[in-house]
Amino acid sequence: MGMTMTQKILANAAGLDKVEAGQLIMAKLDLVLGNDVTTPVAVPEFNKIGKDVFDKTKIAIVPDHFTPNKDIKTAEQCKLIREFAIDHKIKNYFEIGEVGIEHVLLPEKGLVVAGDVVIGADSHTCTYGALGAFSTGVGSTDMAAGMATGKAWFKVPEAIGFELTGKFSSEYVCGKDLILHIIGMIGVDGALYKSMEFFGPGVKNLSMDDRFTVANMAIEAGGKNGIFPVDEKTIAYMKEHSTKEYKIFEADKDAKYEKIYKIDLATIRPTVAFPHLPENTKTIDEVKSIKIDQVVIGSCTNGRMEDLRMAAKILDGRKVKKGIRTIIIPGTQKIYLQAIKEGLVEIFINAGAIFSMPTCGPCLGGHMGILAAGERAVSTTNRNFVGRMGHPKSEVYLASPAVAAASAIMGEIYNPEKL
Amino acid sequence: MKAEGRVFKYGDNVDTDVIIPARYLNTSSPDELAAHCMEDIDKDFINKVQKGDIIVADKNFGCGSSREHAPIAIKAAGVSCVIASTFARIFYRNSINIGLPILECEEAVKNIKTGDIVSVDFKEGKITNKTTGKVFYAQGYPEFMQKLIAGGGLVESIKKNTI
Ligand code: SF4
Repeated sequence: MGMTMTQKILANAAGLDKVEAGQLIMAKLDLVLGNDVTTPVAVPEFNKIGKDVFDKTKIAIVPDHFTPNKDIKTAEQCKLIREFAIDHKIKNYFEIGEVGIEHVLLPEKGLVVAGDVVIGADSHTCTYGALGAFSTGVGSTDMAAGMATGKAWFKVPEAIGFELTGKFSSEYVCGKDLILHIIGMIGVDGALYKSMEFFGPGVKNLSMDDRFTVANMAIEAGGKNGIFPVDEKTIAYMKEHSTKEYKIFEADKDAKYEKIYKIDLATIRPTVAFPHLPENTKTIDEVKSIKIDQVVIGSCTNGRMEDLRMAAKILDGRKVKKGIRTIIIPGTQKIYLQAIKEGLVEIFINAGAIFSMPTCGPCLGGHMGILAAGERAVSTTNRNFVGRMGHPKSEVYLASPAVAAASAIMGEIYNPEKL
Repeated sequence: MKAEGRVFKYGDNVDTDVIIPARYLNTSSPDELAAHCMEDIDKDFINKVQKGDIIVADKNFGCGSSREHAPIAIKAAGVSCVIASTFARIFYRNSINIGLPILECEEAVKNIKTGDIVSVDFKEGKITNKTTGKVFYAQGYPEFMQKLIAGGGLVESIKKNTI
């Protein structure tokens, strides 16, 4: 029996010719990641071990959740990890001014390439599967051990295949709609433990930004990771951003998938996930007028250049409806600057939106746009659990940047095609 | 590495809140946590459990929050092994990382009842129901995992250079 792409990467990192689903392996890590919420928990565990870090260049510490610090507690946490990073000469520690949302930042900085094995003490670490890497979220103890040894144990996952054909029917349909459609179809535990392997002729019609969005939300389907094959677009992206050597792994022809879903991209409609689970999806055509109070465009799911360009295209020459707080947040400083250069920021401000420096901010109900009881937001983020963006009685509707921008103008969840 | 003990059996979706209720999370002392282990699903558990006993459960054991307190409480209560049809992913990692051996084996779960005496050989993944004489096989632990668990978990094993 052949191996899937994920299984091949894991076998290679474990120094084995072959692995099979369910097998426990010890694998070498190419990168260990932590943020300002999880690193402060990992540091005391790391200190118990009493070793130095395994490689100063293969650890990334990204204080993105509560920065610039919103209160004393978060300032203390960031201070702790700043000192840790300085003490251990962590090369990829990103201070305010350089920092961005971790899962947008690391690929942009070229820290992850195809074939890598990455663990991160953050559940959306699965984002880098877009580059043909194996990456997955772990706990703080795993992060501590990973920093000390450069290794982590894994249970080799079974796989679910997604065979993509065709291309999106309009410019207003994107990777976000695809992944919301998939989560709606298989449920929030539809891929529990498993790798979500995307392949088929439709992959070439997905931009890198689309692929990052899709891989990012593998965890919302319970997946261990989501992964795309490496093609010309991936190679062009890596060449532009990284000098690291990459390694291309391909699934065997007889690789075993528990199930293969066939999806024609042309059939995907703009899709919205209703509260309070990402699996509660409806196509935009099924959504009846739902009044909103706030729109958030950003996060590790949709804070990339294409997302901002789409929002700007829709907001250009229009105004957000009075009373709709529209918060737009780029993923990184580089994206921030590019948005300025392309004139997008001017469009946002003229439309009545605000444009902030990169931060996780409202995505996890941290700061910069918390909801009150009874309020509703349309958000391009990835989770709409109870209280995710503020009060337990507030509601989050997950959607693409196009739907979010159109909704900001109309004051209700709105189909961008109809503007 | 082996274990043997009496079985406490539970159903599907035993979540981290019933393993150790959130109201007790103001301590990280294993013994204090153990004193409340399984309290909300089985009040008698902590009075009856003896060193070496085994928890057997159906699907998705340990779902819910990512708190490491849950496997710590089970281990400190004296439980030598948890056998389930499936485990929630983070609970699975946390258990191994703190040195609590766990095995997945649906067949065994179907054929083991509360009070049965069960023995487990972790290397082969062999589960024997001594009460009925039936034998089942889960996936065994490779050597490094046996060392990791025997060494008291991930941090302890790295500290002692045993893995
Ligand atoms: S943007 Fe949201 S989901 Fe992404 S890392 Fe930040 S808090 Fe987590």
